[in-house]
Amino acid sequence: MTRASTHTYEAHRTSMGLDSRKMAFWAFIGSECLLFGSLISTYLVYKGRSLTGPYPHEILNIPFTSFSTFDLLMSSLAMVLALAAVQRGDMKQGKLWLLVTALLGLVFLGGQFWEFSHFVHEGLGLTTNLFGSTFYVLTGTHGAHVTVGVIWLLTLWVQAVRGKLGPANAMTVEITGLYWHFVDVVWIVIFTVVYLIQ
Amino acid sequence: MSEQAHATTATYLRIAAILVMITLIEVGIFYVPTFQTILVPLLLMLSAVKFTLVVMFYMHLKFDNRFFAFLFGGPLLLALAVVVSLLLIFYGAVRLRTGS
Repeated sequence: MTRASTHTYEAHRTSMGLDSRKMAFWAFIGSECLLFGSLISTYLVYKGRSLTGPYPHEILNIPFTSFSTFDLLMSSLAMVLALAAVQRGDMKQGKLWLLVTALLGLVFLGGQFWEFSHFVHEGLGLTTNLFGSTFYVLTGTHGAHVTVGVIWLLTLWVQAVRGKLGPANAMTVEITGLYWHFVDVVWIVIFTVVYLIQ
Repeated sequence: MSEQAHATTATYLRIAAILVMITLIEVGIFYVPTFQTILVPLLLMLSAVKFTLVVMFYMHLKFDNRFFAFLFGGPLLLALAVVVSLLLIFYGAVRLRTGS
């Protein structure tokens, strides 16, 4: 480690010996738990209260969403492989896995766009019924998080391609990974609560 | 204790395989009528296992400083309490109103 990178590394240490950026990011993820907790609560509280259709069992496509879930789980695997590669200084692999993670995120977003378009075509809008309102707000908020994650990942990938990302910046990749995995665990809950428990 | 060494690539692949298997089981039991009576607790349990695996191994909480687990676990428990409380309040009010 060079003197400059050692200085940067030490500048981010807290009195507990932990990286302050990582600590702040875990606190942010904690606050995100409360955000999604409130959205999931709202969905559950209004579950089965719609007075008009379409109802969840008429419209939700389990095989398609199962594929989206598989896609997001694989993106999490790609993310940890990207981090491991950057940490050991293998930037060729690091770039590859960062790009794979972003592309898998784009596939998920494409699937969500198709799903939303299909639902609107079937007559389920944001204001159609309680299911529509709570469903779109919950899954839409998650989709917005995935979009931010994809932009973040592509930014890192561009930095890596330009040679500005290396083992010295591994913490940046780790923090990106924390965000991405959190988006994944939120989907794990949404998939069960919204799609499988109808 | 500061951050420690993370899991190996082989561990990451094993975790991914387990996550995919659990997802297949979840989707499978969704379609089997026999499981309908215990579907909700079963799906919640499987979901919790997946959640824990990702947080512990992919987010490295198993290997990292425990303070990070506190920063995440505290709000997570609070969020769970909010979900449970709101459901109890809402469905309690519905029961009172309908007299059932």
